[in-house]
Amino acid sequence: MHIPDGFIDGKTAAVTAVISAVGVGFALRQVRRELPPRRVPLLGLSAAFLFAAQMVNFPVAGGTSGHLVGGTLVAALLGPSAAVVVVTTVLIVQCFLFQDGGVLALGANVFNMAILNSVIGYMIYRMVCHWLTGIRGRVTAIAFAAWCATVLAAISCAGQLAWSGTIPWSVAFPAMATVHMFIGVGEGLISALVFLAVCRARPDLITETTLTGQPQRLGELVRYGLLATLGVAVFVAPFACSWPDGLDSVAEKFGFGHKMAPLLPAPAPDYHVPGIHWAVGATAVAGAAGSLIVFALALLMGRWLVPKPKDL
Amino acid sequence: MPCRRPALQFQTEGPVSVHLVNHHHGQPDSLVYRLSAALKLGLALVIIVVTVLAPVQWRAWFIGVAVLLVLTAWLSQLPLFFLSRRLLVLSPFVLGVVLVNAFQPAGRAKWMAVAVKSVLCLLTVILVSNTTPFSQILRVLKSIRVPTLLITTIALMHRYLFVLMDEAERMRRARASRTFTRGQRFHWQTLATVVGQLFIRASERAERIYDAMCARGWK
Repeated sequence: MHIPDGFIDGKTAAVTAVISAVGVGFALRQVRRELPPRRVPLLGLSAAFLFAAQMVNFPVAGGTSGHLVGGTLVAALLGPSAAVVVVTTVLIVQCFLFQDGGVLALGANVFNMAILNSVIGYMIYRMVCHWLTGIRGRVTAIAFAAWCATVLAAISCAGQLAWSGTIPWSVAFPAMATVHMFIGVGEGLISALVFLAVCRARPDLITETTLTGQPQRLGELVRYGLLATLGVAVFVAPFACSWPDGLDSVAEKFGFGHKMAPLLPAPAPDYHVPGIHWAVGATAVAGAAGSLIVFALALLMGRWLVPKPKDL
Repeated sequence: MPCRRPALQFQTEGPVSVHLVNHHHGQPDSLVYRLSAALKLGLALVIIVVTVLAPVQWRAWFIGVAVLLVLTAWLSQLPLFFLSRRLLVLSPFVLGVVLVNAFQPAGRAKWMAVAVKSVLCLLTVILVSNTTPFSQILRVLKSIRVPTLLITTIALMHRYLFVLMDEAERMRRARASRTFTRGQRFHWQTLATVVGQLFIRASERAERIYDAMCARGWK
């Protein structure tokens, strides 16, 4: 899901950079305020851990293999703000050192994978944990949350590509969403298994580190939620309904639409490929059905993996 | 960290993929390597921003950047094979866009533009990151007021990245030497236990690092 340079245009890069900078700045402030100094090295080590964990390949049928992305897992282990910092660090190092993801696309990648994936994943995780208690509930919660967060990040990525005019929405959305609905199942399963392994080996670590995330701190989550909603509204909403593109209509209104045209690459031209528009609706329906199915699967898996409910 | 050993000698069929790890620094005596990091980073940023924003008609700019980059690559004495392998990292995304735009009537020109832009940007980053020590990049980031906490985290990550990857490899080898191959059914669970254990070890190491930092007067 790492977007390289050249795949998103100036306006998308600028908007995503601003949103991500606000999100990461807020996360840094939050971490500095509530993380005890003892735990500062843990951020860097967790980032190194996440990178090393992404290198472990999980074999999938047919010779292919997948790997962990881990935003939701880290958020469940360390709390949302720490997870934003950790995943952002991983993305920066991947971008500069390993050329995975572009420099100008860093804002978009940070938004999709650090902010949207970790924070929304964490919110869903907490919500499910609220209903299902015990370690079994937590395992179920993390599996479901990781799936939702993966699909959501993919949809946001598709929205950014479409807004840049690189790939039309009618192609990008079904392709990205469908593929990641399957990838998300693997992500959920791996996250749950890893979480369970940590739970079994060092239960104290989980309770201790989760406490730095302060479950009762609602204001923090609300602010991240607003930011994520804003981003999704900008990238996805113009395509999901037939309203005109926000920036374009503003440009037209103030009469500089024609001036912008030569500088910025053309926004998504209206492709009319017969038989492809139904795919958008079908994918949305499949996503809704898929989330129910995945939730049921996560419940079953929780029961299968954790034989007896045992409170931490 | 300049004398980091070529860290990992993974077996090809192991669970840890090595394709990203072969990090190759440029020749320390080359001209490009000796330029100041701030200059290189600034120049790279300008090139990337203008290249991404430039309309397709700016042929001269693209050609100019390409010539400049090839010249830099030659001056930096990086092996050609290494550079070309690094460029292939891009392929999944480019292939996706090719597939999509192949079915579009006017897709060809746009796909060409996207491909040229992303290759130029990628080459720029590859050249900068392989001719500049990472500590100097961090120093530049510090001088432009990137928050200290973020820089500390990045520095620690870079320092312990290869340590943890070595640790993962040692755990994999230990498991392989102690167990017979179990069925596919448990394979994921075993791998997940390795990853979970890696997290535990990382956090224990973080505790020790904090103690060591305090012992050396860190505040």
